[in-house]
Amino acid sequence: MNLIVAQTVIPDFGGGENSCVRQNKGFCWNWVQDNWSDVLWPAVKQHVALTAIAVVIGFVIAFALALLAHRRRRLEAPTTVITGVLYTIPSLALFQILVGFSFLGLNRLTVEIALVSYTLLILFRNTLAGLRSVPTEVREAAEGMGLTRRQVLMKVELPLALPAVFAGLRVATVTVISLATVAAFIDDEGLGSPIFRAIQSNVFKTELFAAGGLAVALALFADGALVLIQRLLTPWARRQRA
Amino acid sequence: MKPVLNGFPWITDNLSLVFDKTGVHLLIAVLALMISIVIAVPVGVWLGHVHRGGFAAINVSNVGRALPSLAVIAILIGVIGLGRNTLIVALVVLAVPVILTNAYVAIDTVDRDVVDAARGMGLRERQILTHVELPLSLPLLFAGIRTAAVFVVATVPLGALTGTDGGLGDIIANQASYRLEGVVGAAICVAVLALLVDGLFAAIQRAVTPRGLRGQIDFAAVQTAAAGNPQEEGTP
Repeated sequence: MNLIVAQTVIPDFGGGENSCVRQNKGFCWNWVQDNWSDVLWPAVKQHVALTAIAVVIGFVIAFALALLAHRRRRLEAPTTVITGVLYTIPSLALFQILVGFSFLGLNRLTVEIALVSYTLLILFRNTLAGLRSVPTEVREAAEGMGLTRRQVLMKVELPLALPAVFAGLRVATVTVISLATVAAFIDDEGLGSPIFRAIQSNVFKTELFAAGGLAVALALFADGALVLIQRLLTPWARRQRA
Repeated sequence: MKPVLNGFPWITDNLSLVFDKTGVHLLIAVLALMISIVIAVPVGVWLGHVHRGGFAAINVSNVGRALPSLAVIAILIGVIGLGRNTLIVALVVLAVPVILTNAYVAIDTVDRDVVDAARGMGLRERQILTHVELPLSLPLLFAGIRTAAVFVVATVPLGALTGTDGGLGDIIANQASYRLEGVVGAAICVAVLALLVDGLFAAIQRAVTPRGLRGQIDFAAVQTAAAGNPQEEGTP
């Protein structure tokens, strides 16, 4: 799995007579136009799919763990330690270690397991912090009004925890988008794939700029979209601010 | 499972290689971190002192946090070319926002009454900064440096995928030569290195905290000011 072996290959940027691509001088718009539908756009779609799957699964697991730890304080420390260790393992290493298990291979399943494991700590900690941040008076008032424990959770605690949950979702999503580019090292898809290919084919600048730029744009777009969704879901927060 | 467990004996069998690669790893990480600190701390501290640019500081941190590391390295390779310097520049680009925003928030949130009292006692602006604001903000300022340090140590291995030295990443990315045992062993080393750096900076953070503030701060919780609650965004 050594990627940096292709330096001696005769440069062929596939540009035909196109001098911009041949000379590899900077950013060639026509290469982007020629390769948008076959190379770049499919990579974006794969990247979105990789990210969405990881964040959704990670959220479901972390959310369930946070609800459990909210009920039973004892569960908090062990969950934080385990998810914390998963979070600390360098991504490149975790991908490789997972590939070492016989039932996994160089495929999307391996990548998703790694990506999910990186979301757990962030989502768990933020969800739990959000639930804990609900003022005791508010909870007691709800109980005094005769709400059951379940109703308190659904109608009071969870809505008030939403800003913290979304803060976690934002960090988790941009983290996964970043790690999913590295994942192309073991599973050749997503925006990391054109990046690695460009480095191997004698540092083809246009592809580096295009794929790198798209990854940055995707991360900023996802971050912004989550902010908007949060605003829509928590209209009271906006009213307070205004 | 077996090759995964064999990572530990691999480390002891290949100590000199591990030391070599750890040395390069630390060299790159320390260089990137030093440059980031020199750029980010003065700017953040100054902005915090004059209470200006809060909106920009928060946004810089949000954008910086969102930047995918490999994409930043890729774009910089296009600009600068392959090499160790490209990796260091990329690490600086990624580390500066964290440090800058924390430095800004740390100084900006120092109790205004305390600063006014200092001014009333006749301290000069420079003295207010060095004798009042900086000591009170050091825990949070170091929290930013700590987060950045762990991030940099964990990101150096990407260099191995992008045509330059990646420290321990050279081993992790080269399963063909070092086999899975080596990959796992090097991965363990990076994880341990990240934890050690985190611990080192946590200790520094504790040491530089003024005695009066000790005990008030939950060091495990204070990691990054900007990673907190987005509700507080835009209201610095």
